[in-house]
Amino acid sequence: MYIYLLSAPIWFSKLPILKDYLDPMVLDYLVWPLVQIGLLLFVVLTLIAYLTLAERKISAWIQVRIGPNRVGPQGLLQPLADGIKLLIKEDLIPLKADKGIFIVAPIIAMVAALVSLAVIPWGAAWATISNIDVGLLFILAVSSFGVLGIILGGWASNSKYALLGALRSAAQMVSYEVPMGLALIGALMFTKTLALQDMVINQENLHIWNVLFQPLGFLIYLISGIAETNRAPFDLPEAESELVAGYHTEYSGFRFSLFFIAEYASMLIISAIAVTVFLGGWYLPGLSYILIPGSTLFVLASIGVFAFKTLVLLYVFFWLRWSLPRYRYDQLMELAWKWMIPASLANILLTATILVIAKEFGLIESQGNFLSISTAGYIFLIGTAFIITVPLTWIILGQINARSRDFNLREVEPLPMNRAKKNS
Amino acid sequence: MADITDITDITDIIEQENESNEMILSMGPQHPSTHGVLRVVLKLDGEIVTDLDCDIGYLHRGVEKICEHRNYQMIAPYFDRTDYIAAVSNGLCYVETIEKALNLEIPLRAQYLRVILVELNRLSSHLLWLATHALDIGAVTVFLWAFREREEILKIFENFFGARLTCHAFRIGGMTYDAYDGFQAQVKSFCDRFPKCLEDYETLLNTNRIWLSRTVGIGIISSDDAINIGLTGPPLRGSGVEWDIRKAHPYECYSDLEFDIPYGENGDTYDRYLVRMEEMRQSRRIILQALEKLPDGEVMAPKAPKTVKPPIGEYYHSIESPKGELGIYLVSDGSAQPARLRIRPPSFVNLQALRQMAIGHLVADVVAIIGTLDIVLGEIDR
Amino acid sequence: MIFFLQEQIPLPNPPISSAPPVQVNAILTDINPIVNYLPILLLLIIAISFPVVALNISSFLRRTVFDQAKLSAYECGNDPVGDARERYSVRYYIIAMLFLIFDVETVFLFPWAIIYDQLAIFGLIEIFIFIGILIVGYYYAWRKGALEWV
Repeated sequence: MYIYLLSAPIWFSKLPILKDYLDPMVLDYLVWPLVQIGLLLFVVLTLIAYLTLAERKISAWIQVRIGPNRVGPQGLLQPLADGIKLLIKEDLIPLKADKGIFIVAPIIAMVAALVSLAVIPWGAAWATISNIDVGLLFILAVSSFGVLGIILGGWASNSKYALLGALRSAAQMVSYEVPMGLALIGALMFTKTLALQDMVINQENLHIWNVLFQPLGFLIYLISGIAETNRAPFDLPEAESELVAGYHTEYSGFRFSLFFIAEYASMLIISAIAVTVFLGGWYLPGLSYILIPGSTLFVLASIGVFAFKTLVLLYVFFWLRWSLPRYRYDQLMELAWKWMIPASLANILLTATILVIAKEFGLIESQGNFLSISTAGYIFLIGTAFIITVPLTWIILGQINARSRDFNLREVEPLPMNRAKKNS
Repeated sequence: MADITDITDITDIIEQENESNEMILSMGPQHPSTHGVLRVVLKLDGEIVTDLDCDIGYLHRGVEKICEHRNYQMIAPYFDRTDYIAAVSNGLCYVETIEKALNLEIPLRAQYLRVILVELNRLSSHLLWLATHALDIGAVTVFLWAFREREEILKIFENFFGARLTCHAFRIGGMTYDAYDGFQAQVKSFCDRFPKCLEDYETLLNTNRIWLSRTVGIGIISSDDAINIGLTGPPLRGSGVEWDIRKAHPYECYSDLEFDIPYGENGDTYDRYLVRMEEMRQSRRIILQALEKLPDGEVMAPKAPKTVKPPIGEYYHSIESPKGELGIYLVSDGSAQPARLRIRPPSFVNLQALRQMAIGHLVADVVAIIGTLDIVLGEIDR
Repeated sequence: MIFFLQEQIPLPNPPISSAPPVQVNAILTDINPIVNYLPILLLLIIAISFPVVALNISSFLRRTVFDQAKLSAYECGNDPVGDARERYSVRYYIIAMLFLIFDVETVFLFPWAIIYDQLAIFGLIEIFIFIGILIVGYYYAWRKGALEWV
């Protein structure tokens, strides 16, 4: 049995002061994690600040604008200016609000988002803070804690718009958590572990990214993930044209920015999990041939690979937000309960069936903690995933939703005058 | 569907609150998508609208009363401020009413220039409608793309009148100034680029599943109901009624120009969207024809009087403004000031359909329906 | 009892990986894997202290001028009608109930998925029965209209 233990990189444990005065246990479990956490929080919070700038710049380019360019060169100091502005802004607590809950709610939302960062495998070897053996469950559990902050915030505000936003977000986030969890199960059959670092190692052993085995699972996860973070086209809880600002209508100043940080942090986490489970995490084919595995350079390169993949997914988040209109509430729920959940259940059943067939034909073998797949097995698994699972699920969904009101619209026709012109 | 005769009042809705235990939500006047300062009081069951009422008057400036104390020439700029999105059309309606009362013949060149400018104004008004309608439904990018083209039109207005929004465009008897040098070239180049821009918007929206599911079947109003309520403009034509004052009672030189009236079938938000998009194409067609036929000559009628004193009587004139039938009813007592001047604002009449269209839909649909009615509060409150 | 040795000893049966086998500075005879949660606890403490500290700093920097109107709840510029905390639609609760059912099912599926390749056909039959029962309930909820929103 493989026991997960933490370890600082050797160069760190050989630093003179640490080596002489500290117990190695303390070094591995306290000092090194503290260094990691400090670095991680610094990088992540800076990244979040710059993601806001990136979002504004990307939206500007999409909308033929220039975007922020006044503060600093090319507007690069804009996040700093925004941070300072939010810090010195007036902080209002409405008279009718429930003061205690009102204060605690944004803190819950933010802490829930930040704590999940601990178990994500940011890179090979020592780049992970903690590789607990239920990593994925831990993240799902902690991130669903975040909805509590939103509900409490909306409830405590004692304002109708905030309450509607909170109710919407509660129903939306719990609804999309189900397909999100179910979509991961298909990938778990291949990685055979819940520890996130081991998932990456397993994909490295198989020399493949899980997205090839699980295209449908990836798609469902991505859609549910976008809905889970309340981003457009699913940004109903804070739909500004209907609910003004949704659950954080009454929040101002730094309390508002805590919600804001929580939203961007959860986007980061959703992307990071998608990368870890489906896109091979820090594994890039061929990287281990260029650099010596385990060397400091290799670890740094692996962090770079992970960061690149995560940023690409974050770009997809932005891209969708600025291209698509917003769903209506009932359509959003319909998408979750009538499309995503049946699709993810079908994905599980089909993947399970395909795996058993492959095993019966000897294409895959289970070896302890991981699978071994023959070349024919790769072709079989990837082929069936694309040729059988995706179309079959599509047909099933089409059948069960044949009478759905919103997604099977009447054939959209040109205006009568244009139709007459076409006929003549 | 609610019966239109079953009129409720805001106080009724608020008083009912305790009995029915349904949530009363006040949307507006300070709300991002009530297009100004419209206040809609909604009665919600969950998110479903069970009843609503509009509260207007937050932008009331008493334009009609002010008009009774101004000379006829002084009144014209007030009309730029009723429907400030379509200032040129409003100005046209006013000067034409007075010209009708005075029985003035306008030079042909002025007529063609007026048509070009009014149709450009229709484009800019429809572009603003498209921008805000798309924004209400969440397509933010269309908003800024439409504003890019609207900017071009406003630049033409700025060159012509010196103002972008409240451009006091026309004078009683014609136009103050002839077209500036390069006016025709600028309008022509805009018209040449415009279809490409329309295609861009349609690529983003026309076949977008989310856009369709947000607009198709939303806010349906039958052609009979539309006529009974008195809807005009795109909301009427979206319900399948082929009615356009430019064709029915041609004014200026519209009878010389070829264009089609787009009309819908189902009377839903999507059809009204299609109708307005097609209207933009037809407006472009009108502008191009008018540019080609633009004659030389004077732009001001030689017989235009210095002091305007219409004969005693009552006059009504209406034009097809971008939002519908804009009418002016004038009572003249023979003096230099009108005895009574009443405006028939299309937005005000169209807004009446909101209740019938929105009941039974969700809060999000109310926003879409307000957007599709294309209201301007300056015109509603006057 | 925990012993610390000077030598670095690789763990038994490490997974095959291009990354080096995880090395520890000590061999631990009966260490509780719960110590892996120690860094998470550290992060939790730091994550809680960050907003608390920032809000306190902010309270020194910010200007506070309150008045009655500013502190009233936002309702588009009007005085709020009634209280926000009224009865609201039961549909939200129905969704919460359905969520509970499905989420618990999901949690059961996680351990099954991990050892699925060893269970093979047994696991397949089992999961068809398991999800079959789930689908019956799902079909019932759908037909009862619990998934409808309007």
